[in-house]
Amino acid sequence: MNQESNDFQYSPALEPTSIVSIAERYGHFINGKFTPSRGGKTFATVNPATEEILTKVASGSKADVDLAVKAASNTYKKVWSKLPAKERGKYLYRIARLMQERAREFAVLESLDNGKPIRETRDVDIPLAISHFFYHAGWADKLDYAGLGIAPKAHGVAGQIIPWNFPLLMLAWKIAPALAAGNTVVLKPAETTPLSALLFAKICQEADLPPGVVNIVTGDGKTGAEIIAHRGIDKVAFTGSTEVGKAIALSLAESGKPLSLELGGKGANIVFDDAPLDQAVEGIINGIFFNQGHVCCAGSRLLIQENIYDEFLEKLKSRMKKIRVGNPLDKNTDLGAINSKAQLQKIESLARAGAKEGAISWQPESSLPKKGFWYPPTLFTDVTMAHRIAREEIFGPILSILTFRTAQEAVEKANNTPFGLSAGIWSEKGSRILWVAKELKAGVIWSNTFNKFDPASPFGGYKESGWGREGGRHGLASYLRNSGNSSKSSSGKSVR
Amino acid sequence: MSDRIEVLKTNKLFIDGAFVRSESGRSYRINKANSKTFFANMAAASRKDVRDAALAAKNGLIKWQSATAFNKSQILYRIAEIMEGRREQFVEEIIALEGVSRRSADQQVSQAIDLWIWYAGWTDKISAVAGGENPINGPFYNFTSPEPIGVVGAFAPDAPSLLGLVETLAPIITSGNSALLIASQRYPLSAVTMSEVFATSDVPAGVINILTGNQKELAPWLASHMEISGLDITALDKKTKIEIRKVATSNLKRIGNFDLAISPERILAFMDYKTIWHPRGN
Repeated sequence: MNQESNDFQYSPALEPTSIVSIAERYGHFINGKFTPSRGGKTFATVNPATEEILTKVASGSKADVDLAVKAASNTYKKVWSKLPAKERGKYLYRIARLMQERAREFAVLESLDNGKPIRETRDVDIPLAISHFFYHAGWADKLDYAGLGIAPKAHGVAGQIIPWNFPLLMLAWKIAPALAAGNTVVLKPAETTPLSALLFAKICQEADLPPGVVNIVTGDGKTGAEIIAHRGIDKVAFTGSTEVGKAIALSLAESGKPLSLELGGKGANIVFDDAPLDQAVEGIINGIFFNQGHVCCAGSRLLIQENIYDEFLEKLKSRMKKIRVGNPLDKNTDLGAINSKAQLQKIESLARAGAKEGAISWQPESSLPKKGFWYPPTLFTDVTMAHRIAREEIFGPILSILTFRTAQEAVEKANNTPFGLSAGIWSEKGSRILWVAKELKAGVIWSNTFNKFDPASPFGGYKESGWGREGGRHGLASYLRNSGNSSKSSSGKSVR
Repeated sequence: MSDRIEVLKTNKLFIDGAFVRSESGRSYRINKANSKTFFANMAAASRKDVRDAALAAKNGLIKWQSATAFNKSQILYRIAEIMEGRREQFVEEIIALEGVSRRSADQQVSQAIDLWIWYAGWTDKISAVAGGENPINGPFYNFTSPEPIGVVGAFAPDAPSLLGLVETLAPIITSGNSALLIASQRYPLSAVTMSEVFATSDVPAGVINILTGNQKELAPWLASHMEISGLDITALDKKTKIEIRKVATSNLKRIGNFDLAISPERILAFMDYKTIWHPRGN
């Protein structure tokens, strides 16, 4: 490519926002109705690309949570658990269809509230969220055949706390399997991204879903803690940081309440010298810069085989120069806004630690918008395993680069972390891929691809990356329990 | 009975395939069933013994995970074979400690032997039953298999002492985990004799480690050990369970607290699912 083509500029291609109408304020969605907070407290949600306030949403108090749990519990007992499984499935199909009809509206709203590029919400988040409802709809009347015990049963009311990185998708990962398995839910979207969940609430109304099956309470960590601690919650599902996940596990130790956790990661993307390099470069870029690096399974550590290091680094830098950072609503944008000021500060602080500890940072030239929260695509070379940027989850567009000589060394470095969520392998040699995949301690291994998701594919981590799986037959298990009529040991005594 | 003085056995811990005394030098006394008559001294393991056993288990893991499922199956079956030859010893010890009838002890031993055979059959079937191909909406081959999580700690129930131990231990190692088992404090002899069976059944050293001593005292050391990835707490009392659940959050150990004594769920509780993607193309 010559110099001129490098200077080629795209004209802005802005997605219109007229399709979205945001109300002045939102209540919680409890028992089928939008309900203001009992305490009357609200908080603002902002567009991270402009820092403009989008709207105000209710701040969930203990009384709000109590109301939502009671609605969920009541509906579970009186309606949802009595409904034939086939009909439950049909509600899920109906929800999926209604979401499909309003997919563009979801995409724009999500981009506004989260800061992620419209290209991504339109092509990834929203279609995947919808496909999760379609997929799980079909499970509702087949649970007895899922290989998860004889006549498995729902837990009752599931309390679900989701993060801000894929707001609607994470909602779908939680609500679709919970409902398919026959539970009712109380879900709290993240503080900074509540709007797509509230639009989903409207879909539930349009679908005529029985009131109380889905309840959405907005708020911060304190609201989440109220949900988790509530006695009427029979099962807890959390996606977020390992730190908070451990605190939740600790808080549930006494009750022994079923808990599934989808937590942090520090994924290694391993490039062998026989890899298709251009394809690998695309995979590495997608692995770390997709969704601004706000991805628990991001390939945030790149392990390059030493003999191709220089060549690969050049290719990578050249590709990074093409990344377009800016207005999330521009269809040409690759890297959108950082979701919040707090997250931006965390990224900046870890980047400073990287430089201070001796790693060398590199960024392509880019001009960032004046307003909003932004961080340019960044890579660090001369990283060692001891550096904080090689050990801690940054959750931003920062790639730490290390090298290796042998496959054994690559595996050792990849596994040298308390996390175990994802990993990538780039090689043309089948036997090597299968050997490395077997040795890696991670729940999801992408070989010659990265950051692929599907409702049929179980997702979740080894070690401190979590408990349980989401998606596929395995994910269903988190929302079912054994009917447990025969809880006797062979001695005839109960062993519990 | 002759006038000959019987040679008594020193009961030891089983760590890394070897029989050792507790580094603490401690021991405790067990009595004959329903009496105050001395029966034997048992080694009382310490925190250091737990650490040694965890290290041995971590090393044992390497050999055990690289063994094929077929090979694991052969070894588990071998355990049953060797047990059959020691049937009388197991029966006598169960009668002496648990105070049950000969018929009941005999039945317990039979069930324990058969249970090893049941799990021997699972080693090369569990991933087929619990894993498989996932149909992806796109040009990818995608499959999920369960894999062993690593070192698993466990507590054997008091009674039935032999069967309870096998119910706890067998599913842990069936998948390729290594185990650190704390024997029943009250009825520990089955565990010691089982150790002798393991030592002669081609179970690689370190795959199974058995400590005798005070379960409640040792439990927190297992729960806080960062090389231990899972714990079967079924046999513990309610209060200890809560304490262990709390301490075990330090590295998010997988916790097993089972309703069913015998179930493939017990195998899967200490396995993690790995999903592998690869593009299809030509």
